[in-house]
Amino acid sequence: MSDALDRPDDQGRPDQPVRAVPGGVSRDGTTPAGRDPGAPTPAEANPAELLPGGPAPTAAVPATGATTGARAERTVLRLARPYLGRLVGAGLLAAATEFAGLALMATATWLLMSAAGRPTLDRLTVAIVAVRALAVSRGVFRYTERLAGHDAVLRMITDVRARVFATLAARRDGAAQRTGDALSRLVSDVEAVQDLLLRVLVPGAAAALVSLLAVGGAALISPPAAGVLAVGVLVAGVALPALATGLTRRAADEVAPLRGALAVDAVDLTHGAADLAAFGAASAEGRARRLARLERRLAAAGFAVDAAGVLISGLTAAAVVAVALRAGVGAVLVGVLAVGTLAAVEIALALVGAARQRAQLRAGLARVAALLTGPGPAPAGPVAGTPAAGTPAAAGRTGAVAAGPDVRFDGVTVRYRAGAAPALDGVDLDLPAGRRVAVVGPSGAGKSTLAGVLTGAVRPDAGRVTLDGTDVAGYPPEELPRMIGGLLAEAYVFHASVRENLLLGRPGADEAELTAATRAAGLLDWVRDQPAGWDTVVGEQGGQLSGGQRQRLALARALLAAPAVLVLDEPTEGLDPAAADAVLASALAATPAGHSVLLISHRLSGLAELDEIVVLDAGRVVQRGRHADLVAQPGWYRDQWLLQEAAERGYLALTPTP
Amino acid sequence: MNRRPFDPRLLRRVPAARRDLAVLAVLGGLTALLVVAQATALATLLATAVDGRLHRPALAGFVAAVAARALVSWGQGTVAARAAATVKATLRGDLLRAVGRHGPTWVAGQRAGQLATLTGRGLDALDPYFTGYLPQLVLSVTVPLAVLARIVLADWSSALIIALTIPLIPVFGALLGWQAQAATERQWRRLSLLGGHFLDMVAGLPTLRAFGRARAQVDVVRRMADGHRQATMRTLRIAFLSALVLELVATLSVALVAVPVGIRLLGGGITLATALLVLLLTPEAYLPLRAAGSRFHASMEGLTALDEALTLSATPAAAATAATPLPAPDGRGEIRFEGVTVEYERTTALRDVTLTIRPGERVAVIGPSGAGKSTLLNLLLGFVAPTAGRVTVDGVDLAEVDLDAWRRQLAWVPQRAHLFAGSLADNIRLGVPDAPDTTLARAVRDAALDEVVAALPDGLATVLGERGHGLSSGQRQRVALARAFLRDAPLVLLDEPTARLDSASEAVVLAATRRLVAGRTALLVAHRPALLGDADRILRVEDGRVTELTPTPAGKAS
Repeated sequence: MSDALDRPDDQGRPDQPVRAVPGGVSRDGTTPAGRDPGAPTPAEANPAELLPGGPAPTAAVPATGATTGARAERTVLRLARPYLGRLVGAGLLAAATEFAGLALMATATWLLMSAAGRPTLDRLTVAIVAVRALAVSRGVFRYTERLAGHDAVLRMITDVRARVFATLAARRDGAAQRTGDALSRLVSDVEAVQDLLLRVLVPGAAAALVSLLAVGGAALISPPAAGVLAVGVLVAGVALPALATGLTRRAADEVAPLRGALAVDAVDLTHGAADLAAFGAASAEGRARRLARLERRLAAAGFAVDAAGVLISGLTAAAVVAVALRAGVGAVLVGVLAVGTLAAVEIALALVGAARQRAQLRAGLARVAALLTGPGPAPAGPVAGTPAAGTPAAAGRTGAVAAGPDVRFDGVTVRYRAGAAPALDGVDLDLPAGRRVAVVGPSGAGKSTLAGVLTGAVRPDAGRVTLDGTDVAGYPPEELPRMIGGLLAEAYVFHASVRENLLLGRPGADEAELTAATRAAGLLDWVRDQPAGWDTVVGEQGGQLSGGQRQRLALARALLAAPAVLVLDEPTEGLDPAAADAVLASALAATPAGHSVLLISHRLSGLAELDEIVVLDAGRVVQRGRHADLVAQPGWYRDQWLLQEAAERGYLALTPTP
Repeated sequence: MNRRPFDPRLLRRVPAARRDLAVLAVLGGLTALLVVAQATALATLLATAVDGRLHRPALAGFVAAVAARALVSWGQGTVAARAAATVKATLRGDLLRAVGRHGPTWVAGQRAGQLATLTGRGLDALDPYFTGYLPQLVLSVTVPLAVLARIVLADWSSALIIALTIPLIPVFGALLGWQAQAATERQWRRLSLLGGHFLDMVAGLPTLRAFGRARAQVDVVRRMADGHRQATMRTLRIAFLSALVLELVATLSVALVAVPVGIRLLGGGITLATALLVLLLTPEAYLPLRAAGSRFHASMEGLTALDEALTLSATPAAAATAATPLPAPDGRGEIRFEGVTVEYERTTALRDVTLTIRPGERVAVIGPSGAGKSTLLNLLLGFVAPTAGRVTVDGVDLAEVDLDAWRRQLAWVPQRAHLFAGSLADNIRLGVPDAPDTTLARAVRDAALDEVVAALPDGLATVLGERGHGLSSGQRQRVALARAFLRDAPLVLLDEPTARLDSASEAVVLAATRRLVAGRTALLVAHRPALLGDADRILRVEDGRVTELTPTPAGKAS
């Protein structure tokens, strides 16, 4: 949303830079479309670690050259096809705008130089009318061009956003966690598509078209002069843009690592501010100064291209005058040629800005293209071989199921990286309908992976998980959550009202159901305390909530969803022991009797009521049984239980001094 | 939002940029003169062409003026970019120093992420401001003046038309700007809401997926994006109108000047050279104003970043210490909280707390989350200052001492220590950069970090990635403990050091913690009961009030 294009008060996009106004003969001071900021500033840093879609497909982008960039552009532009008519219209209007500017100056010059020969007034009438008409039409063309261009592009962006979201939604690699920075980068990448059209292609095409027309027009007057103009236009519209592209890329390649390092410094110095202050460590500013030195050096090279543009337009005009006079062209037309040349080269120079812009968009476009062409979304319909409608799946949402499916883990093995120790190693587990099982064990034992395999977010490398005999891998991604779901690791709280966040669990839930779920999660009092009640908007990423409240909100949502197999991954994380025990008990009590529960916990309190406790260690089941049995036999569970019990009893026995 | 085109604070805060900006002004004046010179030469050249001859001096003059303009334009760009780089580097330094000056609670309050973004990429938005807008701003003063002066000399009636129409540009711009502003800003809020929606949805995708709502949400995203488009178009229709009017003022002025001049030429009332000069110069008078106007919007982001940076880095430190801070007391002294109240913006963290911690005492603090436990530690760290009351060590008020010197008496183990991008050894040496290897090795051993180090590819030299990826929470806490061991300070502050650990890691960290607090004064916030066993006293914080607890025999037994 850093995009200037979207900005409503975007008066003109970056206008002609200083260099683009050669002496007295420039166009009439109107705003050309899509001129580059004129500032050959180094391209945005695009550190590879911030890539949105995981590192694989796009990591090579900065290293590869123009071919990848061109391919990415083609991929993105394919999406523009439905709006091709509108875009061509916008391009033609842009060309008309530029052409009107050129014609205005050329006609006015013709008018003056002809008038000097003292013809009768009526010989000039047409020119006078033309000057006035061109003066008005230019503004009108510009206005319609900008509206048409923005309309077409914004329509396309709507498609792109929906497509990107659909692609991400269809991905199964839920593990790929995105940082906030990578997310906002994703948003600006999508907007790079907009820039490509509005700032590069439309104005670029218009500039090329008008340059051609200008050369053609000059050829009608004097072919040798047209030859000179053609050379000038080629230098301004081809050679200089190529140079600008090269310099922009080099600048980006040199600056990007330094900017990336600076960003890491900034994160360290702000997020680690407490550590630094407490330990009295000094901060380093050397990097910022090195970056400044590099930027200064690169700017000198970049602006040389702009200076060359100024020089080219003037030299071409001078050469055209000299050649035309030698060729015996009449004075009036020499004037028209001179003024027209300045304007035409000027228009061609817009391609320099477009080239820079394009070079800067390269990385963002490549990432969008990789997203759009990457492992595509699965077909929308149910996957072949999956249970048809009418299975318990369809009924799960209504909450009217008497009994859920029987879940079975058969020798499930998960290995996140080849060669690494398996996160799950041949795990067998039975979770018949209505059974409540806890999975405990040290951190890193594979508990969350177990939940991931069950919910389909992680695919086992060996073995399988079945629901009533059907492999979960066969279920379409939209079906499975109706039966299996709950509170998973990294539960996200949306920037929306409490009600909307809860309804995500069950879209049709009524007030009573919301109240029941929220009470069970221990959040009801808080909601009632808020002036806006259910409509309290929880801030950006749930920022208005404390960690404990967020956890409770996520738990309430899971309880409201009430899938037949409820997975609770550390539901009481971030709560103090007393609150944790109370919330766990009320959550379990709120779960309908026929529903199964898979509870993942590192605390061992409150597990006595569960049907079975499974102890995982290093991906293997090392112990299983009911709480009473496990406490009675030596092993990890008993050790931990005794340790915790001793500590907690001491804690609970504490009382205020009288 | 600051809408002034130039922030005068800039000159005061970045003196190094003054010279560049002065050079920019001089070059702007030079450009104006060259614009006039170039047009004069071209007008002469074309006027003499009527006689069928090439006016060589005029041609040479034209080429020379063009070459000089090219050079000046290069100079302008380079100087502007230099100024941008200087300002950015200075402000980055100022911001980072402000972080150090204000301390971590200020950073947390100001949102560390925002600050990091501003220091990192945010300030780069200043580039278009400096290289695009500022030079145009200078030109929009110098060029119209030079052009008008030249045309007054040549043909005062044309000059009159220009002088009357030029002010229309800023006037219309402002009028339309105000007119559109209310509508625009209402829309803008909506637009950013819609834009943010996409981000929120993508961020929450795993959760949407978990509830089977991801696919269903595609339609919502499309609908919101379409709403975004319609709202944007509505706004643009108005916003572009202002551009249209300004464009018409400029182009119609050319027609207004050219047509009468042409008719006067017919009557012989003006020479061709003058007429051409007027025609060539007229558009130049309008161009820089309009260019500056349009670029102002492109550089808004940069101006906003500049405003934020100048404001943030200038905020006076909340806990302003005395002009000449007292020398820090010994960390082995008696610590007293005397009627301490700490109020944050929205809540009161501590209410009238009075307590004494005797040297060598190990004090545990328990209580529900948000009750004010961490605030107790932050007071001792000097991260927050009491709103009322005072904290003294050996009778010296902490508000009056040199905080850096005082903090050298402390070792701090936070809930979640930050790991810096650097080697593991550097991370541990944070508080003692020149600690010899043998001391480092002992700290590593004491913190039970040695087995972790052995498993790392490069041992202590292993570089920890951005934000210290590659270490688990338990390992991270052991790094924090190693820092504290290496610090070897008389007073140890521990903030829930085992909050996020499972029992096995907790046991290791606990054992190391016991070694750390032995023989030192220690204040430890306990989230888990396991930490309480070794405490001499237990404080309970609830709702900002502190009460003393006596462990029952059951607690002592463990």
